[in-house]
Amino acid sequence: MTAEPQNMDVFLKGIWKENPVFVMALGMCPVLAVTNSVINALAMGLATTFVLVMSNISVSLIRKLIPKQVRIATYILIIATFVTVVEYLIQAISVEVHKALGAFISLIVVNCIILGRAEAFASKNGVFKSILDALGMGFGFTIAVLSLGVVREVLGSGTFAGFRVMPANFEPWVIMVLPGGAFFVLGGWLMLFAWLRERSVKRSEV
Amino acid sequence: MSVDSPGFIFISAALINNFVLSYFLGICPFLGVSGKIETASRMGMAVTFVMLVSSLCAFGINIALEAIGAPYLRLISYIVVIASSVQLVEMFIKKFSPALFRALGIFLPLITTNCSILGLALFQTSREYNLVQSIFFALGAGAGFSLALVLMAGIREELDLADTPSIVKGIAIVLLVGGILSMAFMGFAGLGGGS
Amino acid sequence: MAEIQTQPISEVPQASSFHMIAAMGGVGFLAGILIVLTYQLTLPVINKNKAVYLEKALFNEVIKGATHKIAYKIEDSNLVEVTGEAAMNAQIYACYGEDHHLMGVAVAASGQGFQELIRLVYGYSPEKEAIIGLKVLESKETPGLGDKIEKDPHFLKNFEALDVSLTPDKSRITHPIEWVKPGEKNKPWQIDTITGATISSTAVSKILRSSTEKVIPIIARHLDQLKTADFPAN
Repeated sequence: MTAEPQNMDVFLKGIWKENPVFVMALGMCPVLAVTNSVINALAMGLATTFVLVMSNISVSLIRKLIPKQVRIATYILIIATFVTVVEYLIQAISVEVHKALGAFISLIVVNCIILGRAEAFASKNGVFKSILDALGMGFGFTIAVLSLGVVREVLGSGTFAGFRVMPANFEPWVIMVLPGGAFFVLGGWLMLFAWLRERSVKRSEV
Repeated sequence: MSVDSPGFIFISAALINNFVLSYFLGICPFLGVSGKIETASRMGMAVTFVMLVSSLCAFGINIALEAIGAPYLRLISYIVVIASSVQLVEMFIKKFSPALFRALGIFLPLITTNCSILGLALFQTSREYNLVQSIFFALGAGAGFSLALVLMAGIREELDLADTPSIVKGIAIVLLVGGILSMAFMGFAGLGGGS
Repeated sequence: MAEIQTQPISEVPQASSFHMIAAMGGVGFLAGILIVLTYQLTLPVINKNKAVYLEKALFNEVIKGATHKIAYKIEDSNLVEVTGEAAMNAQIYACYGEDHHLMGVAVAASGQGFQELIRLVYGYSPEKEAIIGLKVLESKETPGLGDKIEKDPHFLKNFEALDVSLTPDKSRITHPIEWVKPGEKNKPWQIDTITGATISSTAVSKILRSSTEKVIPIIARHLDQLKTADFPAN
């Protein structure tokens, strides 16, 4: 890679190479908590992406005006503002989704991914790059929560986004929609990626 | 036991609805600081302490916000006040009890971004707990967090000696063990409404 | 997060206190404006959504076919009408049909379930002196087991005609609600519990029993007030 990273790389690294959940293990709480159905996972992923994009834009815009000593406090203030905004928006769109996500919408504030991107990227880069970075990280996060949500809903309730996909005589694996299932599925995905990585390392050695 | 009694709130927050294993709050320290029993128990103490402080703060802020009719400022004021009260507590401990500071000190800044603290404040508000209930809720949540962390640390110390496959090393094995712990804690669920 | 905060501050040029306060104040000011704006813009939509959600539950599942409602709260065993935001969390909703005729009274109740609070609303028909519908509004019962209280058709059938008739002097319910093992229901005031969800279905029964014993006599005493109430404008 060149010293000045290409726009496409900025966007793509969040989705795969530096995936916030699978690779950097950040923001685990919502990943485990609200992925018992596809709809919940998608709503959480999009809400987080929205906050990520807005906070990256704001931080990038004012990065030269904020004294270094108070920057973290300012970032938290900005993030909390957009989380409050997104909470009201979700409530206005669907009461059911708001009920299902509950306190975890507010808890986007303490999702380390957002503060981490504001500090590590947006405070050092221009607006356009910051938006790309936020979108990449946001989609990476959304893909991660969706990959949990899909497995847990299909196996745990036999449905996909509310529609039946498993044969009628399928006995749902109840554990999948319970808290324990979240740990197992995320652990399973991490094992799969570790196995893939090991295999590719071995291949390149041969 | 009545649903609103402080004793029930304590048991519920510590065991039935364990913050870590059933609400998934504070997963980051649960994965990160659960390597050794010693550090895990100190982290648990520090979190319990901060929970108590921020629970009291949140109780006060909520009354103030209700008084001026601005519920939309709740989230933003909670996060700001909790972050600054943690700093104040840190300075206070450093000055008056160096021994305690050495035990808890390095964990305090980490705790500000621990979602179990903010989660506690939000839950106690949405459930409309009074002052006594809030205090017991904070203590129960802290006890539950410490319990989960210490249990996990104990298991991980043993796991270090075991020959685990290379692909589960790191976070994956912690997650799998966490899943089993979470299933074990489901056994407490009936404590509340059984009778 | 600690790594972020412990960057060496000494290398950074010292900003004046005024600059810091101005920056924080400016951001805080903009943040406040943005939050208040969103709140003002979304509030009407949110309230409308909540009202629609509640009415759907009331008119489709609890008092089937009703079209209008008036909300009340109980104060010193009197019924006081509530409107606006308070109506979202009222205790009692008198539900009327197209022809201004009182079709039934929906009552909100809550209690401890297996894990967390269960909130439900049930419909009471003064004519039949029975519960005619039930909807669980909020519960976090174990999926696959305890959450059968929300959708198990056999269990919900209990509440299509559950006898809660009053003694002649209208002071108490003749036969307080009882719960029995699945399939053993043989009296109209009994509830068949669910196998595999015993605790959750018993919890629902307990909530119903304590709520009906308290609320139904009060409704019966104020039935004329409910029947002749001014018809709601909406």
